[in-house]
Amino acid sequence: MNQVNLGTYAVNTWCPGCGNFAILNAIKAVLLELNAEGTPFENIVLVSGIGCHAKIVDYLNINSFYSIHGRAVPAAEGIKLANPNVKVIGFAGDGDAYGEGIEHLIFAAKRNIDITMLIHNNRVYGLTTGQYTPTSPLGYKGRSTPAGTTELPLNPLELMLASGASFLARGTSHGLELLKKVIKEAILHKGFSLVDILQVCVTYYNMYEYYDKRVYEIKDHNVGDSNQASNKIREWDYNTDSPIALGVFYQKEMPTFRL
Amino acid sequence: MSLDDFSILIGGKAGFGIDKSGTVIGLIFNQLGYRVYIYRDYPSLIRGGHTFSIIRLAKEKIATHKNKIDFLLALNHDTFNLHKERLKDSSVIIYDSDSVKLEGLNPKIQAIGIPITKLVKNENASEIMRNTCIIGALAKACGIKWELLEDIFRKEFSKELDLNLKIARQGYDQTKELTKIAPLPQAVLPLSTGNQALSLGLIKGGLKAYISYPMTPTSPILHFLAEVAPDYNLKVIHPESEIGAILMALGFSYMGEKSAVGTSGGGFCLMTEGLSLAGMSELPIVIIVGQRPGPSTGLPTYSAQADLHFVLNAGQGEFTRFIVAPGDTEEAYYWSLQAMNLSWKYQIPAIILTDKNLGEGYFNFDLSSIPEVKAEAPLLWDRKSPYQRYLNTENGISPLAFAPAKDAIVKVNSYEHDEFGITTEDPKLTVLMQEKRLRKKEYLAKELEGLEAVKVYGNRDSSVGLLCWGSNKGVCVEAAKNLGLKVIQPLVMEPFPIKQFQQALKGVKKLICVEDNATAQLTRLIKTFGFNVDQNISKYDGRPFSLDELEERIRGLIK
Repeated sequence: MNQVNLGTYAVNTWCPGCGNFAILNAIKAVLLELNAEGTPFENIVLVSGIGCHAKIVDYLNINSFYSIHGRAVPAAEGIKLANPNVKVIGFAGDGDAYGEGIEHLIFAAKRNIDITMLIHNNRVYGLTTGQYTPTSPLGYKGRSTPAGTTELPLNPLELMLASGASFLARGTSHGLELLKKVIKEAILHKGFSLVDILQVCVTYYNMYEYYDKRVYEIKDHNVGDSNQASNKIREWDYNTDSPIALGVFYQKEMPTFRL
Repeated sequence: MSLDDFSILIGGKAGFGIDKSGTVIGLIFNQLGYRVYIYRDYPSLIRGGHTFSIIRLAKEKIATHKNKIDFLLALNHDTFNLHKERLKDSSVIIYDSDSVKLEGLNPKIQAIGIPITKLVKNENASEIMRNTCIIGALAKACGIKWELLEDIFRKEFSKELDLNLKIARQGYDQTKELTKIAPLPQAVLPLSTGNQALSLGLIKGGLKAYISYPMTPTSPILHFLAEVAPDYNLKVIHPESEIGAILMALGFSYMGEKSAVGTSGGGFCLMTEGLSLAGMSELPIVIIVGQRPGPSTGLPTYSAQADLHFVLNAGQGEFTRFIVAPGDTEEAYYWSLQAMNLSWKYQIPAIILTDKNLGEGYFNFDLSSIPEVKAEAPLLWDRKSPYQRYLNTENGISPLAFAPAKDAIVKVNSYEHDEFGITTEDPKLTVLMQEKRLRKKEYLAKELEGLEAVKVYGNRDSSVGLLCWGSNKGVCVEAAKNLGLKVIQPLVMEPFPIKQFQQALKGVKKLICVEDNATAQLTRLIKTFGFNVDQNISKYDGRPFSLDELEERIRGLIK
């Protein structure tokens, strides 16, 4: 196994062009940077749920807990509480974290526990072949909703802000530099951090062009101001066409969960 | 009334402090050398309804109650009405004459009425203090020295101690001495609930984290461990749900910290995906399942033994698990310690199956009678060979390493995986790893042969055997003693101790199985190993067997 590039012998089974590659490349780069800055690799534990996103832990030669659908968050919390000196980075999909495991996410944010959640939000169930998720737009036609959904999507960042998360950001799988930057900031943040990553599923919901036209990087924004953060987060509701902000929305030092 | 064995019932509405009073009464007599058992009966509500405790006191160690009582302490009319059938000619009733009317009372019964409501009002005390008055009256009626009562009160009441003492004293002074209960010439044994004994066993077993969502009848474990957490360096967490609880606990296990979760059937339903994850990822975990009657919400504050097959079969897939059903406080202590050891040795989930009767009942706890057992360290990585979390070994047990470990990358996985922990769908590897995990059961079963996984009591020559498990142990052992029968109690339910069980059955021609469920779950379990039960005594009204009731039902079968 090659520790320098952090890869493993596992054969990568993501579809060609999958947005997950960008997240894998970004996290590798961030972990190498963190290591160069003094964090030993053994002090990092990765946790994943189940879904395409979760394969990322097989592709990284780092301690990992490949958990079950929706439950990456509580497993990550247990690891952090067992040893507060380790950095715990959780990966989850949108169906995983915003659907099946939403209660854990809300409570982790409420506790402001010092873990990082990176959400591979492709707004579709990939591994189960294209059903709608909590962030799919109104009218989304999938195999479980052939006539189109009649429910509005959730704005996960708005929910997380209301729940008490102390670091909230958004990235995309097109735009590696920004993605690396926000992931690193999220990991270094002390408290509950979440990055909603608009990761594109090329097979079931290819949104590259849609996102490329609308994304912009947040500028002139006070990340410590929850009202500004709230306004910026509500600019795009994951449904209607509007500019899509990328970068850090909110960051505040707050007491973290302890025992 | 026999001073060697008598019972007190105290009753009133929930919110009257009945539960606390039962404990205080138990402690008073316990200090006199009496052995104590307390059955606590309360409905699922916060105020109102009818709640009562039966405190049975005897010279010998006991773990069951009798239907008939010697003292009835009635704080309201319901208590008198609902329990007057339990009174004998020689019984005594002490009651609040402001709220109880003794209609239809057997004239032979001595009645001591005290205007407790008025008395408490005159002291500007809260209604809940009526129970201290009636405890004072009981103590005097039994000829117990005031000093002993005062001593117990000082230990048990932190709030308004002086007022409580003043009110108790009035009850004491207004009552005449009816009998003189003298101290018994034997050592005082501490009183403990099954939940407390189990908690102490876990602590002794090296518990570092306890994570639980409140649910009767195991919430007292959460409360107890949260209370003592600073003393034992424990991390005690009440998370968002039982799913969160077991996943957090597995996070602790992954990091090498011994963890446990506690719940009842409904919460265990939510835990089953985590249970199966523990099986696949080979993460140790101790799970306490305190049974109560189902299905669904059922009777939340009562007891049952209806989840045996549930815990035996819960979780998708096939994996090795350890299940033990202790029958008293000593077994709860010993086997929770063992459960922790075995869970870590074999890297498997260990389930401790209890119920409300054991968990919340009070028993004497005799630590000196428990075989010596210590917390054991699990098999650890030698730091030499390249680390593989799921190294395939002869007995299936892979050496453990925990993050952060220099030179070891620790990967656990819910998917089928290779020895390093990377996901696989390879058919050969799938078979190899499945067999590795299941192989641990053979070694666990062998190790259990060296432990007392099946116990035998009573008349070993009797051809009639009473088969029981869990909290029915106490009542069965005492009934068997009175009727000259043999008792067989399997403690380990999985892997089932077939050899020991076979040995225990030697000489038994008629086997009667006593269970608190409607479908004879243990009977069904042992049938799969070729053992047959001749007759069943089942109870599924949520209440424990009383000694009289069980004896009567046994007599009906062995005539």
